[in-house]
Amino acid sequence: MGRTLAEKVWDAHVVRRAEGEPDLLYIDLHLLHEVTSPQAFDGLRQAGRPVRRTDLTIATEDHNTPTLDVDKPIADPVSRAQIETLRKNAAEFGVRIHSLGDVEQGIVHVVGPQLGLTQPGTTVVCGDSHTATHGAFGALAFGIGTSQVEHVLATQTLPMAPFKTMAVTVEGALPEGVGAKDLILAVIARIGTGGGQGYVIEYRGQAIRDLSMEGRMTVCNMSIEAGARAGMIAPDETTFAYLDGRPHAPRGADWDTAVAHWRSLVTDEDAVFDKEVVIDAAELSPFVTWGTNPGQGAPLAESVPDPVAIVDPVERAAAEKAIAYMGLTAGQKLRDIAVDTVFVGSCTNGRIEDLREVADIVKGRKVADGVRMLVVPGSVRVSLQAVSEGLDKVFTEFGAEWRYAGCSMCLGMNPDQLAPGERSASTSNRNFEGRQGKGGRTHLVSPQVAAATAVLGHLAAPADLSTAGV
Amino acid sequence: MEAFTTHTGTAVPLRESNVDTDQIIPAHWLKKVTRDGFEDGLFEAWRKNPEFVLNRPERAGATVLVAGPDFGTGSSREHAVWALQNYGFKAVISARFADIFRGNSQKGGLLTVVLPQETVERLWALTEADPTAEITVDLVGRQVRAGELVADFEIDDYTRWRLLEGLDDIGLTLRHEDDITSFEADRPGWLPRTQPVG
Repeated sequence: MGRTLAEKVWDAHVVRRAEGEPDLLYIDLHLLHEVTSPQAFDGLRQAGRPVRRTDLTIATEDHNTPTLDVDKPIADPVSRAQIETLRKNAAEFGVRIHSLGDVEQGIVHVVGPQLGLTQPGTTVVCGDSHTATHGAFGALAFGIGTSQVEHVLATQTLPMAPFKTMAVTVEGALPEGVGAKDLILAVIARIGTGGGQGYVIEYRGQAIRDLSMEGRMTVCNMSIEAGARAGMIAPDETTFAYLDGRPHAPRGADWDTAVAHWRSLVTDEDAVFDKEVVIDAAELSPFVTWGTNPGQGAPLAESVPDPVAIVDPVERAAAEKAIAYMGLTAGQKLRDIAVDTVFVGSCTNGRIEDLREVADIVKGRKVADGVRMLVVPGSVRVSLQAVSEGLDKVFTEFGAEWRYAGCSMCLGMNPDQLAPGERSASTSNRNFEGRQGKGGRTHLVSPQVAAATAVLGHLAAPADLSTAGV
Repeated sequence: MEAFTTHTGTAVPLRESNVDTDQIIPAHWLKKVTRDGFEDGLFEAWRKNPEFVLNRPERAGATVLVAGPDFGTGSSREHAVWALQNYGFKAVISARFADIFRGNSQKGGLLTVVLPQETVERLWALTEADPTAEITVDLVGRQVRAGELVADFEIDDYTRWRLLEGLDDIGLTLRHEDDITSFEADRPGWLPRTQPVG
């Protein structure tokens, strides 16, 4: 019987297989950042173990880093101490690091792909759940905890429990004004935040193949929000074109060898998935969340649901609680929800294409009264590219704040936070209670919806701008 | 890692689904560089409410958390496991756990027990009616017992063995270092490296 893409990549990385034990998998690339690594390095130190493969390991600073005054010492002493800990650990163990101020610094999931380190058919891990992003290249990429970070540092392997396979096939072409973020939010709403548990999802179909690498990364990034262990897309010409010429991509004869191998990384026609979900792209539309988990979303044209109509008692209770926390009322039109803040950035939507989409919409317009907009590029490279295209000017003339690269308001570990009760439209990945700041209320949106919302001051799609005459 | 065989203790019934890791331990606690001292951050936002179940005096000293489905969704932060352990929890019972959280808990010796939602409901009813009611989580017998309730749970043999013995994963893997070295010898040369090999 044929194998799925995920099974092929998995099988190619089994170091040891024994009855009754999890497979021991080899890890091709280990990405580190300051938050989930200090205790792992401590463990190595206590056991007197080195980093086995410093040449397959790379660190960057992203979660804690400020997006203002980056040339000054970090104001928060606890954040500063954590970042300094990463720098010390990298120096002590010989790990390459891109620190704040370095041209290659940025969000770990933006940095790996742009350096060409993320390649088809490889295994990638990072102590961050959004490692799923790298699956956009046909890599098998897992978010791991700190104990596993230590395990990979020490052994370059991980014992991994077997997974199930799920195909999410998006047939047909996405309608105008509907993008990768709308697609993945709709998928999560459909299968639920636990629907992917135990599965590696492979995204397939025309709408997926039509996506750019940036769009594919957006889709795979949020696989974890559906509970999946990883998300993948088979590599194709779009993947190869993105990789060609990147600093760590193979060159010359190696490139040809690599591409030939990469072309084999597709699910065999006779392979069987454990679960299949089919979505008609034509039925998708701009999609936003109304609740406090990423599965609590709906098309922008709809309303906040009435929990009374929800049959499952656990789901109903969750919806009631979410609506109360979000300060909404059942039946309220989603378009009537006014926001205080618009956040554009994160490992979900902080890449150059995302910034271009936003700039296209806000160019020549003014931000709505009383709305604060932050634009935070995913990496310094993205920032430089945006500046070279004049996008920074477009944002500042619109009335947005153009910031330095990092995770920023996606999780508010740095000073970029919502105040209690404040409401955001955010291109990030999680709308959990307090995620963007204590008491903050988050609506997850696409870059296009974020831009239109910033113009109108309430949740909106670009098509609403002409209707509103702005 | 401390071995886990069987544990008996009082419970905290947490009637919440989708308890995400941002609720278990908010991001600002993640700046710490140690594995301890997270107990005050556990459910920090919810604990501001004096009526929150963890704040109830009759729940003091409880060691078994009984939660709604999809516990531990969201971030990969192992700090969520440490926070629960630092607070004193030895086991968490839920109908569904997020994969990364479950993996992290098994590394650190916090037992995550999957039971059907109907059983979770019975445990809620029992421990809400009588806060002194004890729950026994028996990893040896793969069974949860509380009052009249006896429920078997599944856990794979390998994980169970590791937890029963309190074994360190890294040590186990390094027993097979020869396999790793021979795998490395066969890796194609064109695979990416983060830096030139010295």
